[in-house]
Amino acid sequence: MSPSLEIPDYREQSPEVAERFRRIYERPVVMEVRDLHKRFRAAAGSEVEALRGVSFDVHRREFVCVIGPSGCGKSTLVRMLAGLDAPSEGHILVDGKEVDGPCPERGMVFQGYTLFHWLTVRRNVMFGLEAKGVGRDKAEADARFWIDMVGLTPFLDAYPHQLSGGMKQRVAIARALATQPRVLLMDEPFGALDAQTRSQMQSYLHQIWQNVNVTIVFITHDLDEAIHLADRIVVLAAHPGRIQEIIEVPLPHPRTSEQWADPRFLATRARLDELIHPRAASAERLPLTRMTMVGDDVF
Amino acid sequence: MGAERRTTWLAVRQPLPPGRAAAVKLCSFFLPLAAWCVISYVPFVWHPNVRITDPGDSEFLTEGQQLPKEQFTAENAKLTREGSQPAKGYPANPIFLPAPHEVARAMVNAFTTPPAFKSDPWLHQSLWKSVQVVFWSFLLSAVIAVPIGLLAGTFEVVGKLTEPFTDFVRYMPPPAFGPLMIAIFGIDDAPKVAIIFIGTFFPLVLVVANTTRLLDPALIEAAQTLGASRRRIVTRVVLPGVLPNLYNDLRIALGVSWVYLTVAQLIGASSGISWFINQQGKYRKFDNVFAGILVIGLIGLVTDQFLQYLARVLFPYQAKPGHGASRAVLRGCWSIVRTAGDLLRGAVLARGGCGHLLARRPGAAADVARGAVVEEVRDVPVS
Repeated sequence: MSPSLEIPDYREQSPEVAERFRRIYERPVVMEVRDLHKRFRAAAGSEVEALRGVSFDVHRREFVCVIGPSGCGKSTLVRMLAGLDAPSEGHILVDGKEVDGPCPERGMVFQGYTLFHWLTVRRNVMFGLEAKGVGRDKAEADARFWIDMVGLTPFLDAYPHQLSGGMKQRVAIARALATQPRVLLMDEPFGALDAQTRSQMQSYLHQIWQNVNVTIVFITHDLDEAIHLADRIVVLAAHPGRIQEIIEVPLPHPRTSEQWADPRFLATRARLDELIHPRAASAERLPLTRMTMVGDDVF
Repeated sequence: MGAERRTTWLAVRQPLPPGRAAAVKLCSFFLPLAAWCVISYVPFVWHPNVRITDPGDSEFLTEGQQLPKEQFTAENAKLTREGSQPAKGYPANPIFLPAPHEVARAMVNAFTTPPAFKSDPWLHQSLWKSVQVVFWSFLLSAVIAVPIGLLAGTFEVVGKLTEPFTDFVRYMPPPAFGPLMIAIFGIDDAPKVAIIFIGTFFPLVLVVANTTRLLDPALIEAAQTLGASRRRIVTRVVLPGVLPNLYNDLRIALGVSWVYLTVAQLIGASSGISWFINQQGKYRKFDNVFAGILVIGLIGLVTDQFLQYLARVLFPYQAKPGHGASRAVLRGCWSIVRTAGDLLRGAVLARGGCGHLLARRPGAAADVARGAVVEEVRDVPVS
């Protein structure tokens, strides 16, 4: 029996990985989410529970992915972390201080393109610095540094409409990082990109994360993306949004594309798949008669 | 041989090749002009009437009169039988549409003919006056309406405070304020400015507020997560974010200003371009009427083209500045057409009042041709 065919337990960690997690947990907690609830008032006085009792910690320089089926409240969660929405109950603490409204200490990269289209790349990245009161020369030098970091120096004076989708998101990352946030929040930032650009962006982000002292909370619905990027994956369930499991990804850093065939990768992926797409339930819902009508050669 | 893809003229939402696009744009002016020429110059198309140039020895024909072709032929046959001089004339259409060359001549004449009375303004003076009135009243309403609209679109409290009332006033027709404005501001330019202001200010507040609301809220959220203060968000995100659309709104408002100018100048005016048009309409000098309307149209077209060019310079970050612009031009053209229609209707109504008197008065035609103002029909300002 060849050992490579055996699918290991996703909780099994090599000594190297176990050591890495031990070191992560020794680092101070940057963001603390305590028993978070969010309810929306729906029509006719009824309430919809978007999130129920979500709690997790994010350690310094950790990369945490939040994943879950659609409607599980991923976006609601990240909006509350950013301070754009207020939780109905519970607390979000950053460095021990309660989150109260949006603040550059929690930088955000949005799913859609949110570059200021009337500003050049350079001025976009300078925006947060100027708002902070940084002097013009310093802001300009910093902006250059961050634009260089995302590899867009040739496009310093380009306007957003002249950039591709991937480039726009790189500028958005540079803009969010320029104010040196404690936590970088990313709400499905590569969701609108094609598969090739997305994997390119993932490796860009990974490189940036390794070079910069920043903690990242990354929302996604893409299983491979989550495993490829994260130290830990917070898996949410829907209706109401709640934590199913927090998975420690058993893969060493740096992550490479060869790892996509690693048995531990596959094991983690299988577990995520099981959590997010419970097979029995989805098969039950599909009426068989419909499927035979799709085409004669289906069955 | 490679199969070249055939470009069709009617591709659904596809751009035309540049050459064709330019040609079609030219046609948009050329075709109406061609139609106008056909109606005016090709005798067999639609010329049931004859316009008299020389009445000859006829007892009832006068110069400039129009009558059906049969009557003209019968009259000439009678005159020839009697051995007297037959009347001369040329085929004409029965509407008040002068031929293109007549309008062109009228346009030149209107600018080169001195006014009948020394106290009256030259046409270019009238025109300049109108441009000034439009400019100042437009500026006044824009300067006040834009900040209110921006704030109304940004802060709900301002919106809820201003918009219901604005919406209410918007339904009141500005000309209805005419007598009141004259009572308050007298008979000079002030009441006209006031009427144009009323006509443009209230819709502009609502349009600007709406434009402001169309700004992607994610941009504002992005600015918040970057630490921008409320004030910074208004001045550095909302304002620049809506500026190109705001600019288009203002261009449309400028067109509307011209519409209300024509209305305002019908009330107690003694100068201005639409006063000129109105007077000429009363004298049945429709070549002058069309010349005046065309002058307004030309001013609008030139201003708009200039503003569009300026927009490309001011907003280089706009991927496609042309889209909103062409729609604005369309609306501008529509407002010009409406104005022309209103004036023409006014002129036809006025004809019933005094036009026939003028036609009979000796020398009247000559006066009218010079753009003269005749005392009897002069508008008496309400005071």
